[in-house]
Amino acid sequence: MTRTLWADRAATAVLWAIAVFVVAILIAIIGHFVLASIGTLSLDFVTQDPSDVAIGGVGPVLFNSVYVLVLTLVMTVPLGILGGIYMAEYAREGRATTIIRFCQELISSVPSIVVGMFGLALFVSATHWGYTALGGSLALLVFNLPLMARLTEQAIRAVPEDERHGSLALGATKWHTIRHVVLPIAIPGMVTGVILTAGRIFGEAAALIFTSGLSTPTSYNYANLNLLDPRSPWSPLHPATTLSVFIWKSNAEGLGLFVRQVADSSSALLVIMVLVFNLSARGLGRLLQRRVTGA
Amino acid sequence: MTTPTLPIARSRLRRSLGFTERLDVPRRLSLAAAAFVVLMVGLLLSFITWNGVQLFAHSGVPLSEIFSGTWHPDPSTQSAAIFGLLPFILGTLFVMVIAALISMPLSVGLALFMAEVAPRWARSITQPAMEVFVGIPSVVYGWLGLTVLVPFLRTNLHDLGFTVGFSLLAGALVLSLMILPTITSVALDAFVTVPGEMRGASLALGTTRWQTIRHVVLPAARSGVITAVVLGMMRAAGEALAVQMVIGNRPVIPTSLAQPMTTLTSQITLDMGNTVNGEAWNEALWTMGLILLLISLGFVVLVRRLSRPAKVKP
Repeated sequence: MTRTLWADRAATAVLWAIAVFVVAILIAIIGHFVLASIGTLSLDFVTQDPSDVAIGGVGPVLFNSVYVLVLTLVMTVPLGILGGIYMAEYAREGRATTIIRFCQELISSVPSIVVGMFGLALFVSATHWGYTALGGSLALLVFNLPLMARLTEQAIRAVPEDERHGSLALGATKWHTIRHVVLPIAIPGMVTGVILTAGRIFGEAAALIFTSGLSTPTSYNYANLNLLDPRSPWSPLHPATTLSVFIWKSNAEGLGLFVRQVADSSSALLVIMVLVFNLSARGLGRLLQRRVTGA
Repeated sequence: MTTPTLPIARSRLRRSLGFTERLDVPRRLSLAAAAFVVLMVGLLLSFITWNGVQLFAHSGVPLSEIFSGTWHPDPSTQSAAIFGLLPFILGTLFVMVIAALISMPLSVGLALFMAEVAPRWARSITQPAMEVFVGIPSVVYGWLGLTVLVPFLRTNLHDLGFTVGFSLLAGALVLSLMILPTITSVALDAFVTVPGEMRGASLALGTTRWQTIRHVVLPAARSGVITAVVLGMMRAAGEALAVQMVIGNRPVIPTSLAQPMTTLTSQITLDMGNTVNGEAWNEALWTMGLILLLISLGFVVLVRRLSRPAKVKP
């Protein structure tokens, strides 16, 4: 009897130790980047151009990250939400639904480097665009669209059936019910989904190396608003090295003094952004939940 | 028995559908959006497959050659090019399996902790911690491995054979950290869905918590835990940049944990930019991509098979 009690104690201790260990690793990682970026990470670092002879900054790279993120979301969110609505509200079990589901699963398990190769073949070579922000965003669309659709589907399925019945019983059409009853209730879940997807897009690099390019951007002319001019940073056709790709590039260029500092601070910046995305996903989700259920 | 008849014919109660309703634009539109993914998969499969077979179709490399252990893509005057992909395939498999072996006790243990042991306050730390773990981008893990782990291995384990630090072990360690949240969250789902009555019945018999976990919870959640590990391995096999940064990128079949080696993803990452469309070297990279695609296809089928049967087992 005492042996089983001791085994129980030991197992509990081991499980606690594992949990403490894992959380400690996370704290160590974050602490490492906080320490490594002290003195470098500043407003100047976030706004200035990269430089070979000084620490410089990541201004244009960060701009590209945000640009690619927004461009991807603009395409992913409406398509993903529509697709999710179909899968949750209209789809009947049948061959078509099975095929769509299988494709969703398949594409979210394809390695992102393979998606990058696909993007290279289709959006860089076949279209003769070269490396562009648009090509990168389309590659990101490929594997984030199924994710967005699935998150929307889950959020919509979580809406109680009674809400739909109430609306339909009042004579509302199916679409009217979806638009004015189901979607408002599902919005908190969908917003959380969008923000988490955004975090993923922000950190993605493997799919972007071959699609949006590796060149170090400098001296962007933000006054150039000609969207068809590849030299304009606002154009979807400009080559757009993002922050994650920039960090990866640092490793290929050898560990010079500045390279190390810059990449450390860029990593810290990325981690901070991801933390912000995460926190805002939680906070906003909760806030919207309260507003929807309170109203 | 007669059915009660309505005073008015049913057909007159229902207003006939208008044109827009019959057209049902929202349904068609949302179907198109959902079916878009099928189009993308079709395009992706055909592009990767088409480019992946060019090594054999265009450059005339025999299929058996890719199972050779020699990677010599740059033909010189003395020797012809040899496109043995075995080092990459084996490298991917080794690093995937070792990462899963390292990560499994930690992640399954953590999931058990969160499901069975943790008091509320502890769960409110581990839950967000997992979300942050998932969110950390792979390049950040790679950079951390490159600047912290690799130098650590080089200075502290030099005598064990880690002469450069870049090694199979470094890749596996970085990957094990990256797949930890994947395995944890799926395994946690599996543990949480084990009905509370089963635990209650077991505890009512006078068992300890550990006995209940070992003999009731773990067996009941077995297929879920296996799925979790398989999903983790899938992620490990496809991860590119983080691995490339720490693995050493040497096309050899690894014989020890301390050896620098390479994987399918690493080689694609490194060489894609240096090769020209249409040359055999470039085509070999596409073949590697095709192999990666086939590996992930295999995993999807495996996960489907694992999760289909209901896990009812007394």
